[in-house]
Amino acid sequence: MTAPNTAGWRPEMGPAQHPDHEDAPRLTHSGDRALMLEEALIFELGRFDATGVDIDEPELEPMSALSGFLRQAAPALPGLTEPETVRHYTRLSRQNYAIDLGPFPLGSCTMKHNPRLNEKVARMAGFADIHPLQPVSTVQGGLKVINELAHWLITLTGMQGVAMTPKAGAHGELCGVLCIKAAITARGEDRTVMLVPESAHGTNPATAAFAGFSIENIPATAEGRVDFAALTARLGPDVAGVMITNPNTCGLFERDMKAISDAVHAAGGYVYCDGANFNAIVGKVRPGDLGIDAMHINLHKTFSTPHGGGGPGSGPVVLSKALCPYGPIPFTELFEDGHLTLVEEETAATRQPHSFGRMAAFHGQMGMFTRALTYILSHGADGLRQVAEDAVLNANYVLRSLDDVLDAPFGAAGPCMHEALFNDDNLPDGFSTLDIAKGLIDEGFHPMTVYFPLVVHGAMLIEPTETESKAGLDRFIGSMRSLASRAKAGDTSLKSAPHFAPRRRLDETQAARRPVLAWRGDSGE
Amino acid sequence: MPLYYTQDHEWIDVEGDTGTVGITDYAQSQLGDITFVELPDAGSSVKKGDAPCVVDSVKAASDAYAPVSGTVTEANAALEGEPELVNTDPEQGGWLFRLTLADAGELDGLMDRAAYDEYVAGL
Amino acid sequence: MRYLPLTQDNRTAMLGVIGAATIDDLFVDVPAEARLSGPIAGLPLHASEMAVERHMGALAGQNLSAGAAPFFLGAGAYRHHIPASVDHLIQRGEFLTAYTPYQPEIAQGTLQVLFEFQTQVARLFGVEIANASMYDGSTACWEAVAMAGRVTKRSRAVLCRGLHPHYAATVATMAKFTGDTIDYRTPKLEAETDTAGVIAAIDDQTSCVVVQYPDILGRIPDLAAIAEAAHAKGALLVAVVTEPVALGLLEAPGNLGADIVVGEGQSIGVGLQFGGPYLGLFGCREKFVRQMPGRLCGETVDAEGKRGFVLTLSTREQHIRREKATSNICTNAGLCALAFSVHMTLLGGTGLAKLARVNHARAQQAAQRLAQVPGVSVLNTAYFNEFTVVLPRDARDVVRELAERKILGGVSLGRLYPAAGELANGLLVTATETTTAEDIEALATALEGVLA
Repeated sequence: MTAPNTAGWRPEMGPAQHPDHEDAPRLTHSGDRALMLEEALIFELGRFDATGVDIDEPELEPMSALSGFLRQAAPALPGLTEPETVRHYTRLSRQNYAIDLGPFPLGSCTMKHNPRLNEKVARMAGFADIHPLQPVSTVQGGLKVINELAHWLITLTGMQGVAMTPKAGAHGELCGVLCIKAAITARGEDRTVMLVPESAHGTNPATAAFAGFSIENIPATAEGRVDFAALTARLGPDVAGVMITNPNTCGLFERDMKAISDAVHAAGGYVYCDGANFNAIVGKVRPGDLGIDAMHINLHKTFSTPHGGGGPGSGPVVLSKALCPYGPIPFTELFEDGHLTLVEEETAATRQPHSFGRMAAFHGQMGMFTRALTYILSHGADGLRQVAEDAVLNANYVLRSLDDVLDAPFGAAGPCMHEALFNDDNLPDGFSTLDIAKGLIDEGFHPMTVYFPLVVHGAMLIEPTETESKAGLDRFIGSMRSLASRAKAGDTSLKSAPHFAPRRRLDETQAARRPVLAWRGDSGE
Repeated sequence: MPLYYTQDHEWIDVEGDTGTVGITDYAQSQLGDITFVELPDAGSSVKKGDAPCVVDSVKAASDAYAPVSGTVTEANAALEGEPELVNTDPEQGGWLFRLTLADAGELDGLMDRAAYDEYVAGL
Repeated sequence: MRYLPLTQDNRTAMLGVIGAATIDDLFVDVPAEARLSGPIAGLPLHASEMAVERHMGALAGQNLSAGAAPFFLGAGAYRHHIPASVDHLIQRGEFLTAYTPYQPEIAQGTLQVLFEFQTQVARLFGVEIANASMYDGSTACWEAVAMAGRVTKRSRAVLCRGLHPHYAATVATMAKFTGDTIDYRTPKLEAETDTAGVIAAIDDQTSCVVVQYPDILGRIPDLAAIAEAAHAKGALLVAVVTEPVALGLLEAPGNLGADIVVGEGQSIGVGLQFGGPYLGLFGCREKFVRQMPGRLCGETVDAEGKRGFVLTLSTREQHIRREKATSNICTNAGLCALAFSVHMTLLGGTGLAKLARVNHARAQQAAQRLAQVPGVSVLNTAYFNEFTVVLPRDARDVVRELAERKILGGVSLGRLYPAAGELANGLLVTATETTTAEDIEALATALEGVLA
């Protein structure tokens, strides 16, 4: 498996050479290097009197309605004209890696192609330019989007209902956990413990703690799954439930899921499923058939709304019959004549009397709903099934194409789901997971997720997703094999990688010891 | 000035009924570059085994436990500006807090230097 | 399927490398009884781009968009003109399709934007630092209450009557589970905010006082007086700004004594979008930094000494501290923060101040005209771009009747406070730079007709 680029480095060449030609100048006057462009801060570029927006001075009324509250000085915010603004952000954008540039195999994050139709639809004036508090008669199409997406999510998961308002995955977790707490309170019980496997995302214990639960960890088995015996042994009248990620963060399906659900239910608890990895099973398996009571769906993962450099997300939560009565307001309600209304504070007392309340202003992440629904309609029931199959196929292809050079701790036990997990056991002394990750940057790829899950030492979690071609995967695999060879050959240039990125390794210790969180220069005062 | 050590890698230096507490050189070497230390307020009371301090590195936050019970009299203010003292001088200038011992008898369960060195060697 | 690059030949070859006979062999860990044998019944199959666009376009067409009618809604979501370059820049793939900047060497674009955003928010709010954003204003408001509890080690929060009721409800929901005590009452239909009442509610167990500025009825509370009273009792002042454009004219809350300032950033760069995604703004005094929720971007240097940016102080966050984290938040509102930052850069402080003056002028024009409608009176003495009018009958009905005439006339207080009958005749009216003199005249004329 060789990289198609035959001019690239290959193991037989020995240690990688510095790329600069001997006769190249070391530095340029500007600090830029051709297409590698440095960019100053807007606070260094901008001027307090500059603006890129033409606004006519109003035919000014006296400021009588603001007397006494006027600010002393205009905010110290520099402005730029439009050409300067466009150039500033365009230059900055080129210092980012992105899915549009190449594979972004971050395990558990699901970085797949973002279809541009979704962007076009979200920008239709009928969706982008409507106010959340318009009379419902003027936003029937908006409510239909919510309702139609809700119908798909319920059907794909085999659940009873869905809370659409949570604003991201962790907010969805909170929604599910609050439903569990409300259900337990309604039964007149006081269960205070939430069980969380060691391999869980950090949001799981943080969420349960925020909702007032105490957390107890459940160990993993040697083959990377929840220890069923340990879990059932801990069940009891103080246990509110369990939060399980399935497929889990080791990239494996929890085979005992149904038995776990049955045991938890028999002990009076509820099962929360972290649906971050739903993309591996969408259209193939319905979580409702596994006894799940609540599961959030990261629309920005499974249904490909853009990650945008860290959000916005959207985290609808599907609920079982047992938890539906406690779900949050508002939500849409469909009448027989086809018109929709919103159940808000006004009608909550009769339509959803046991609701735990409101989680946020307005009705949810509409801009994400339009994109996710567009994605779902494009794929259809058959295409979504193919999404899961291709995602799992791609991950297993990576697993089996690398497990001779990197240690796959659970590789012998069988296939993985949508992500392939490796560790640093096969790397020679002195080389770590971090060096492979930074080496990947020089190879032109975004690194995989590193050092997570915590249950595996030096974890490397690779999630290729279904939108990578075989040729693209072969290029990635070629680079990974090359990096493993360089480490085995003792190539210390890996230790200081990346060499070709806009920045070398950054000093995170200094950043944390003496935090500089805002520009401290001219504040114009 | 007798020095005592715990299995959680804290040390306590006792003079009269006042103890000075820090983490050991071994502990700081395991934690890596320390970026921040959360310290207890003077006047707060701690029980043996409580965690009145949290020692942060870039990627981890680790509790530091009280080797004995007592009342905190002083926290090491120098660490606010220079948390790296815990790396560079863990068993002197990088001390964490001082406390008035509630029960000197609690010291009996702790290790001396030789026992601690042997304990670390066995890890 | 246009989004799936694997060919049938690819799939066969890859299964061969894996050593599996069929794709279902890869799902062997899923119990057979839980595996579906084919596409889920009752759902349509895949569709072309044209067909999907047609379907979604038809749904969009069933909505009356703000730009298609005289429009006067606010109440926490404001319609402003967004320069064309904002949407162009946020659609650059390098921003749109990047992840959270966990690998800083190849994410300096996002990181520098976040550093600039944090600085812009801090300066706008008059505080020293701000984080890299929260989900929205309402969740940022709860996070501020929770943070004030950590700082003061107290658990009783006083919410001013003028706090957006959705924000108050969000706080109340969380408090039910955390055990915090919340002191909150619905507002009265009065010209001035109840400063004395807020101050009287502060006691020595109060962690914070939460004051919206301007408030839900468009009134402007006396932050400085409340700050002084809060600080005298050892409580923090949390200021909530749902319309950041107002800060182009109004004094920054931090300069009036607010310790934590949170807000909704939607007004600048993000758009209405039927309520989300929006942009939670969160700033505070630097001494509270270790208790802050959410991601923070900080300046540092790389191995060659070049300036660069990283996510920092991560030990506060859930992925490290797990159940002891300051918040469970993971994803924030990165792309909305970018939109805010681009728009704010285009405006600059000078442009923002001018924009604010235009908003205020339009609101004054609207208030003056509506006051001439028989039976209508303007409640506020002070306001920025939003004010309350009192109608002779239930404003919910009036809003619906105006909608039948294709006029989006405002937000009725009955929609926001269905249980408070004494507020039922109140109507919130907002005017921004997008509001024209013709719009104002159309609303006034329609109101005259509806109320006649």
